[in-house]
Amino acid sequence: MTRNAWRRYSSATALAVMYALTGLALVPLGLVLWFAASKGLPAVIHPEFFFNSERPTGVTGGGVANAIVGTGIMVGMASLAAIPVGVLSGIYLAEYGVSRWASWVRLASDVLVGAPSIALGLFAYAVVVVPQRHFSALSASLALAILMLPVVIRTTESAVVLIPRGLRESGLALGLPRWRVSLQLILPAAAPGVITGALLAVARAAGETAPVLFTGFGNPIFSLDPTQAIASLPLVVFRDALTPYKDLQQVAWGAALVLVVMVLIINLGSRWVLRRQIRLAGQL
Amino acid sequence: MAAAVDESAGPPATYPKPPDRYRTFTAFVSWAAPASLILIVAVLFLQARPAISKFGLGFLVGREWNPVTLIFGALPAIFGTVVTSAIAIAIALPVGIAVAVVLAEPGARGIRAAMGIGIELLAAIPSVVYGIWALYVLAPWSLLHLEIPITEHLGFIGFLSGPPGQSSLFTASLVLAIMILPTLTAVTRDVIRAVPRGLRESTVALGATWWETVWHVLLPAARAGIFGATILAVGRALAETIAVTMVIGNRFEIPHSIFSPAYTLASVIANEFNEATGDLYPAALVELGLVLILVTLTVNVVALLLVRSAQARVTI
Repeated sequence: MTRNAWRRYSSATALAVMYALTGLALVPLGLVLWFAASKGLPAVIHPEFFFNSERPTGVTGGGVANAIVGTGIMVGMASLAAIPVGVLSGIYLAEYGVSRWASWVRLASDVLVGAPSIALGLFAYAVVVVPQRHFSALSASLALAILMLPVVIRTTESAVVLIPRGLRESGLALGLPRWRVSLQLILPAAAPGVITGALLAVARAAGETAPVLFTGFGNPIFSLDPTQAIASLPLVVFRDALTPYKDLQQVAWGAALVLVVMVLIINLGSRWVLRRQIRLAGQL
Repeated sequence: MAAAVDESAGPPATYPKPPDRYRTFTAFVSWAAPASLILIVAVLFLQARPAISKFGLGFLVGREWNPVTLIFGALPAIFGTVVTSAIAIAIALPVGIAVAVVLAEPGARGIRAAMGIGIELLAAIPSVVYGIWALYVLAPWSLLHLEIPITEHLGFIGFLSGPPGQSSLFTASLVLAIMILPTLTAVTRDVIRAVPRGLRESTVALGATWWETVWHVLLPAARAGIFGATILAVGRALAETIAVTMVIGNRFEIPHSIFSPAYTLASVIANEFNEATGDLYPAALVELGLVLILVTLTVNVVALLLVRSAQARVTI
């Protein structure tokens, strides 16, 4: 083989190997989705799975209604705290991003994304559960809010930065105060990006187990009280999967499928909205 | 009149700016992220104080974990955390770089775009779902097709010896490798994309093949950033809790083989904190958390600074 033929041949081989490795990397995704669907479906096809609460092993008709509602309450309360704070912080980073303080905030939120979620649980336990003397949905919301905050901050920043300067300048030229320009002109224009960022944070919080282990704690009884222990979907998966009982394992797979479907919808949906947002921002 | 304006003075060189209250307000709100970081570390430190004052630095090298005699040492958990992360990164790194090179190719059409979406979804799957999948699907498969053959043929090497088990350090590392792949890929892809276009084009103009461009130009130019991405992925691996807890076997000792059950810092806390009574036991568990968060924060800061400087250095 001539030298050039060898070079072309080895390049083509390397290209093929790289694509093969990329395919290999996607195998676990396919397997996780397939097994969540095939093992979870037998639980999910019964409508009472969504309307009944957890039941002990041996009692038929158990569901995850308490866990779905519990996750909803905890993530909802966490969002009420994390989203406004995160959006305002993100706006600060986008509008005044060159300052020294802004680079500290950016570093802190990037580091916070990587903070171990179990440590957030320990923190919420020490700050809320210990003084209150019992587990509560509120304490779990604190942990989840800290988890969501950096995601909201960074997605808001990148959405607001995309808005062209002209919009801001025309608002200021009309004599609007800065807060009105920012909140009534820029933020609505960036809304799709901001909302998808918030939704991604919600999806992440709803799937987290470690922060709710010793804060929300879990509760087999249907409860709406934010000051008491409360069930959550990831906790159902975690605890029931590790039991030796087939019926509880089935519930765990069902709950896992619910989580996967929620995450898929939010992620794929947000990609679509974001792509539209980038196109629209280009037209402004 | 004395108060009359002196017209001849002209305008002052600079006008005083009106106070920007909106900036002050948003800057104040943006304290939330740094403040929670500082608060978390401070609160964990306060909670861990009984254990810190009792065991001192010996906590980090103690091998015994005995809630009955109240002797606590973290070494086996630290060992498990470090080794699972190291094996995970060794598995994920070659695959991650290959995926990043493919995804960083200019243009994103058809199959490559779909692959990119797939890798991003890998990051979105909740850790507990990886956990249940690893427990019921990956662990039995890896026992049959990886652990048993390896222990049979390479068992004479100490850390590869048997007996293999479904719940092991190795299984936990496999799950971790899958879970850190998206982080590794996303950051590496961005760093490779930040390599100036001209560099790639001039290499191609000199007659280099695709592989020669990647191997001799793109990857060396992105080296610092890839290193940063690797450290960032290590940080994710160290911090991961639930999926690891479900498959690592939860045995508090330094295993002689990677196919034995072990423990990590995060999974000790996840398993034992709810049952910990008294003063010292919970404090020791919180100290594990403190060690974990301090290590991951350091690792993350180092990695972020590396990645940022790599992306900022656009000129060669």
